Amino acid sequence: MTVASTLVLTAEDEAKLSGERGPGVAMAMRIVVALARVSEATKLIDVESAHIDSCLYHGQAGLDFAEKLVRLGARVSVPTTLNVSSLDLMHPGLVRLDAEESAAARRLMDAYVALGARPTWTCAPYQIESRPEAGTDVAWAESNAIVFANSVLGARTARYGDFLDACAAVTGRVPLAGLHLPAERVPTLAVDCSDLPAHVLESEAAWAALGFLVGRIVGEEVSILTGINPASVDEDRLKALGATAASSGGVALFHVAGSTPEARAAGSAWPPDGIRSTVVTREMLTAARNELTTAATDASLDAVSLGTPHFSLTEFEKLAELLREPGDFVLPVWISTSRAVLQQARERGLLEALEAAGARIVVDTCTYLVPILADSVRTTMTTSGKWAWYAPANMGIQVVLGTLAECVASARAGRVIRDDSAW
Amino acid sequence: MTQRGDGRADGIALCAGEADGELLRLDEPLSFWGGTDLATGVITDVHHPQCGASLAGRVVVMSASRGSSSSSSVLAEQIRSGVAPAAMLLATRDAIVVLGALAAAEVYDVRMPILLTDAAGIPRSGRVRVSAGEDSGVVLWDGCGTSAAV
Repeated sequence: MTVASTLVLTAEDEAKLSGERGPGVAMAMRIVVALARVSEATKLIDVESAHIDSCLYHGQAGLDFAEKLVRLGARVSVPTTLNVSSLDLMHPGLVRLDAEESAAARRLMDAYVALGARPTWTCAPYQIESRPEAGTDVAWAESNAIVFANSVLGARTARYGDFLDACAAVTGRVPLAGLHLPAERVPTLAVDCSDLPAHVLESEAAWAALGFLVGRIVGEEVSILTGINPASVDEDRLKALGATAASSGGVALFHVAGSTPEARAAGSAWPPDGIRSTVVTREMLTAARNELTTAATDASLDAVSLGTPHFSLTEFEKLAELLREPGDFVLPVWISTSRAVLQQARERGLLEALEAAGARIVVDTCTYLVPILADSVRTTMTTSGKWAWYAPANMGIQVVLGTLAECVASARAGRVIRDDSAW
Repeated sequence: MTQRGDGRADGIALCAGEADGELLRLDEPLSFWGGTDLATGVITDVHHPQCGASLAGRVVVMSASRGSSSSSSVLAEQIRSGVAPAAMLLATRDAIVVLGALAAAEVYDVRMPILLTDAAGIPRSGRVRVSAGEDSGVVLWDGCGTSAAV
């Protein structure tokens, strides 16, 4: 057996690989080229931007890698954003890591800034300016960012992850493979959602539950959701769907008929003739919510966590609307967001009622990744399917999935409040 | 040359290197991030059939990794600290696993071989040698192993 593909490099690729563009570029190019061979790509292509997830501290190796790139003189060659880190630099002391790990996490952040990446520190780079345009090739890492870029923005990114994200940013080149190829972006499975009532699809949590089902059903395939009124679709909902589908499955691209860019462009040609089809029912959606809910709903509730992926400006607006009705939170309410969105929310006066009610803001990182919630927290309610998927294992916290309105009501009551009409 | 009674499986090299170790066959895909202990290489994913088993020093047979791409960093860190698998035999071209090994090779010059190979004929347990070059590679074992295909 031999490697079947023949990778053809340009003269400039060869120059990068041979060290003519510096040893840092050569190191990055060796990894890009090795991955091109693994993915059987025949050539490399340019990317217009990169989003790096390697800035989250997972141990010495990631730090050694980034600092080696810096030491060898590498710089990003395309506009590059940075995903969440392990620290909240605006609220020092909020993240309870030991001093040694905090210092290493900070060094990792500094290394990526030294490479020339923007200190955005968000898993939702699609919520800040200069988003990629439809049809452009980008190198984005982090599963929710990837699925959003592909599905909602219509940009093209393969499933980039740690190390390759940085190497793509430095070289500006990626293998022509995976979801960069138009043929790989055509749906192979239709998911009929016409049983889901419009009023149920009014909550992000319902879209998270739908995403959980989609991930389970499609795995890594490209699906098209049908039977959803475009009026029910917004970016927060697609964010919730994608993030959860990328957790429960390996979804990196989905389409929503009539709503997402490629499905709109394809029109009545999609779903393509002859592809498999499956139905999602309202009962399945409730069952998905119940499966993501690991805690007993009559158990005591200790906290509420919002903003995984990072809370958007429109989510702050939706929350502010719910807070027009007075009532303090008796439970800690944590909201993870980006510095950029926080600034916008503050400018628009969306934070005052929130802070008065007792909510606490986290930036630069996320509550399911690093210890921020009190050690005594056993059960947390969240709108986020991704938080619900990962927090039990990551943080040892049991979860109740609920709508934003249910979370607010529960935070005020100090126990789980369900509104079954929302499901 | 294969000796009489010995086993051999050929594969495509996804990452070059030489290693030997005891086989550990995973019955489901595994996420290194969130599914293994960073410091020990023990599988911690309670939903995984091999939860509690240690990957350290084993020749791990699995179809693919799953979940977060942070798994690349976790694997690289486990390679650095010596608790990673000795080698991996995969059924898919799993970029996440390969990247962890490539990064460790760049920074630490430690090479964990990864082969794309059909595991059906490889024993379920026992000691094997994995040898991966630039393009192709091979898994070798003695004739005493029990074939997983039985």
